[in-house]
Amino acid sequence: MDPSSALIVFREVLEAALVVGIVMAGSKGVAGRGLWVGGGIVAGVLGACAVAAGAGAIQSAAAGVGQELLNATILFAAVGMLGWHCVWMGRHGRDIARHMSQVSRAVVQGSRPLYALGVVVGLAVAREGSEAVLFLYGIAAGSDSPALDLLRGGLLGLAGGAAVGAAIYFGLMRIPARYLFAVTTWMIILLAAGMASQGAGFLAQADLLPTLGRRLWDTSGILSDRAILGKVLHTLVGYDAKPSGIQLLFYTTTLLIIGSLTWILGRPNSPAAPAARAA
Amino acid sequence: MRRSGRWVWMATVAVAMGVCAIGTVPQVARGDDNSYVLTFKDNKIEPAELQVPAGVEFKLVVKNADQSPEEFESSDLKIEKVIAGGSEVELTIKPLDPGSYEVVGEFHEDTAKGQIVAK
Repeated sequence: MDPSSALIVFREVLEAALVVGIVMAGSKGVAGRGLWVGGGIVAGVLGACAVAAGAGAIQSAAAGVGQELLNATILFAAVGMLGWHCVWMGRHGRDIARHMSQVSRAVVQGSRPLYALGVVVGLAVAREGSEAVLFLYGIAAGSDSPALDLLRGGLLGLAGGAAVGAAIYFGLMRIPARYLFAVTTWMIILLAAGMASQGAGFLAQADLLPTLGRRLWDTSGILSDRAILGKVLHTLVGYDAKPSGIQLLFYTTTLLIIGSLTWILGRPNSPAAPAARAA
Repeated sequence: MRRSGRWVWMATVAVAMGVCAIGTVPQVARGDDNSYVLTFKDNKIEPAELQVPAGVEFKLVVKNADQSPEEFESSDLKIEKVIAGGSEVELTIKPLDPGSYEVVGEFHEDTAKGQIVAK
């Protein structure tokens, strides 16, 4: 068993695993979510293999910034889907929670935008998974350590990532139903803000956006974002030890836009919500 | 008075032009050569310490001389880029403040470590 390969694969799958855990918790009680999330994972793994296989072509595409553009596109697409889900949940979450306790869930299930969550899972798995696939491919393509050892390490890392995803899911499941969606909605908003910040980082790297200050502050002495906890917080709340100005701008803008839309549309007497409340 | 005023003015212009010339000449002379190379070889970074000028935008060419892919990463420089085996990428690095910036190969973090030192 090779510990370094386990750690690297673990780090790469951690982010996707956390996304899956939160999404599963956020869609509790909705029929067909397993299918959408499972389908998202399968599509994501295939996507990851495709991205890894085309790594060379992507690298040289768009005058050398193909990778940055692809990453930014995937991240902003996920932000859009997460935002849409939050806004939708803001309008209907209260009713779902109420119906859940009344065991009459069917009413709201049909209109739930599960595809949005399925797409987010697929995108997260494809993006993060492609690096794990490339890393493992590198091992298979010949290295000093015996391949079987490294493969075992890789599987252990994968299992570790899955365990963290499961842990966050079961942790969230302990929250009483009437608070659960409020919690998962805000977690998803933070997730989206973090992804927007990362996406902006890629566009700045490609020189398509200004950095607005390469490093606003440095908290890597307290918590490095290369450490496991830093990586977890990086996914959950968008933690970055050395954020650039453009990242902070995208982070706060995303937080404000999705947060205020969710809040405005979710107010009990909001004019936008009556349809669901009548149901 | 008037005459010496004109002289002062001309001298100022001359000095300003001189400063401009001094400021621009080295960059013009460098032209497209203002690029620096880091190479991944045997899962190490060569050179382990790369000297670059501070305060000047430059091109950073990162070559992966190994067969297997590598991810070039620097949280100091805000770079995260996968490089396929046997290929290279070119990055535009905005003017750096003097100091040292860590770089790693994420897939071989134990051995592939280096730094870019801006002076």
